Amino acid sequence: MANKILVVLEQHEGKVRRIALEMLSLAQKLSAGNVVALTFGSQSGETQEILARYGADQIVALKEAAFDQYSSDGFADAVKQVVNAVGSDVLFFPATAWGKDLAPRTAGLLGAGLATDCTAIEAGQDGRLVATRPIYAGKAIATVVIDSPIQMFSLRPNIQPVVETNRAGQLEDVVVTTHSEAWRAKVTAVRAQGGETLELTEAEIIVSGGRGMKGPENFKLLDALAMELGAAVGSSRPVADEGWVPHSYHIGQTGKVVSPNVYFAIGISGAIQHLAGISGSKYIVAINSDPEAPIFKAANYGIVGNLFEVVPAVTEAVRKLKAEQ
Amino acid sequence: MKILVMVKQVPDTATKVRVQPGSTSIATEGIKWVINPYDEFAIEESLRIKERLGGEVIVVSVGPQRVEEAIRQTLAMGADRGIHVKTDDVLDSQTTAEILAAVARAEGFDLIVTGKQAVDDDAAQVGPLTAVLLDVPQVTVVLKLDVNADAQRLVAERELEGTIEVVELPYPAVVTAQRGLNEPRYPTLPNIMKAKKKEVRVETLEGLGIKPALKVRIVALSEPPERPAAKILTGDPVETAQQLVDLLHNEAKVL
Ligand SMILES: Cc1cc2nc3c(=O)[nH]c(=O)nc-3n(C[C@H](O)[C@H](O)[C@H](O)COP(=O)(O)OP(=O)(O)OC[C@H]3O[C@@H](n4cnc5c(N)ncnc54)[C@H](O)[C@@H]3O)c2cc1C
Ligand SMILES: Nc1ncnc2c1ncn2[C@@H]1O[C@H](COP(=O)(O)O)[C@@H](O)[C@H]1O
Repeated sequence: MANKILVVLEQHEGKVRRIALEMLSLAQKLSAGNVVALTFGSQSGETQEILARYGADQIVALKEAAFDQYSSDGFADAVKQVVNAVGSDVLFFPATAWGKDLAPRTAGLLGAGLATDCTAIEAGQDGRLVATRPIYAGKAIATVVIDSPIQMFSLRPNIQPVVETNRAGQLEDVVVTTHSEAWRAKVTAVRAQGGETLELTEAEIIVSGGRGMKGPENFKLLDALAMELGAAVGSSRPVADEGWVPHSYHIGQTGKVVSPNVYFAIGISGAIQHLAGISGSKYIVAINSDPEAPIFKAANYGIVGNLFEVVPAVTEAVRKLKAEQ
Repeated sequence: MKILVMVKQVPDTATKVRVQPGSTSIATEGIKWVINPYDEFAIEESLRIKERLGGEVIVVSVGPQRVEEAIRQTLAMGADRGIHVKTDDVLDSQTTAEILAAVARAEGFDLIVTGKQAVDDDAAQVGPLTAVLLDVPQVTVVLKLDVNADAQRLVAERELEGTIEVVELPYPAVVTAQRGLNEPRYPTLPNIMKAKKKEVRVETLEGLGIKPALKVRIVALSEPPERPAAKILTGDPVETAQQLVDLLHNEAKVL
């Protein structure tokens, strides 16, 4: 029997992230015609058209105003009610801060096994799905199956292809009983963190600097390159610890794990903890003055040279290329 | 405040992970075992809360014999006592959470603090699962925590992609710690001496009435594919920069 997949979506002010479309595309590939999208908040109806285009056969929009502000216990309880109402046996969540908070709480309520931060999901036998998830920050790759009746997965952003399948996207009336006054953990404010404008975990290209940058003032070289490339800026850990850049830039085993198309490691030696966080990159480019730096062993392309000369030259070459395109 | 800190012992992040051929586990010879880095923030925060409000910090760790070492380290940092749930079984997140919840139920608690994620399985699940099993609220990936003991409430700041979320909740609750929450202290010599005399109670799964039944099963484990040898460019900065951009454009087709 085909899996009935519930894709649990984060939306802000009627906008969805790319990961939402990735999850719907994958769900449609695994179980064509059996994909239900779940969205929250008074503006959730506004996403109907785009969700249908990328694979939602049905849409459950919980439009009560209470769902405008996140509550882990309140939302998990609502997901559980929707699962029971539509009879889902597979749940997808985004492996974003939001999904990582909500998915395990929901798993506990449903008594379901959850595989977090998956990079691939395939059909297995007897309705079981088979997931790939990096562990040890990518130093090893595990293949996992879930043995509970309901199978839950969260998906790492920026990996799955987005496919238009133009489904019906019919709005389903599912009634959930919410007692929002009894919700316990409540978001009371959200504010910008400052620092990067493009989110690292969703960026196609990342320009990242290490101690070789010598000081915070030199990150403007990377900002200039990032601007030409439409890239996000990241860093190694010591550079964030020194306060040269915000903590949110820190990439690696104890920072962000990223998976861009191209990762530029500039003045970064390539310590094992840093490499762990970037191993999901399609291409790694190293710019370093030390030909023996371990980063060159992990890279696809490298320039041995002084970054203060090389980076402006790369920026210029990219600018020329873009001008020709 | 009675605070339970959940601590996992993991391979040092400098470990080069090798997969045991034909098995679903890693080769453990020569591994240096350390406290999960995020759990150090959890311990530090718990100690600071205790220093402010009084109470007790109890460290709980599930794992084989070697885990006692990790518990001793937390006692040397200043935790009051430890509980070691000793088992050689392979566990998944749910089973681990069931064990921790059983211990928490028996002990009682105002606050449970865990790391946001263990850097071995990278699951980021055990905190929220423990919370839901105990039917208490949670706040995860916390950068800042205020405890209002009079109102029995927490105000926490948590990290999202590019934004900070402020969450308010009553306690008892589960909090998971993110890097940035604090700067963990080092054990001092007097505390190391004192730690030797502190109690570490050993519990077993049978004693807690838990039979592990895994829901998430690893069926295969492999090392990531090697990248092909890099094309390394040397020489004039302007020329090598141009060559690099050409390669990214024409060969890799990513620009
Ligand atoms: C528990 C633990 C967890 C850790 N987690 C992380 C993590 O998540 N992420 C992380 O990044 N690190 C982490 N680290 C730190 C890690 O071990 C390294 O210390 C760190 O990654 C090194 O940062 P770096 O490459 O910027 O600096 P360095 O190692 O000092 O490298 C600087 C590089 O710049 C090059 N350079 C210098 N001048 C120039 C120039 N003019 N032009 C070109 N190149 C130049 C040098 O050749 C050198 O290779 C962790 C460490 C521990 C103990
Ligand atoms: N075996 C364990 N013993 C004690 N605490 C654990 C154990 N496993 C996980 N934890 C706690 O749960 C957090 C998240 O772990 P995980 O869900 O495995 O990523 C860790 O940082 C620990 O605080």
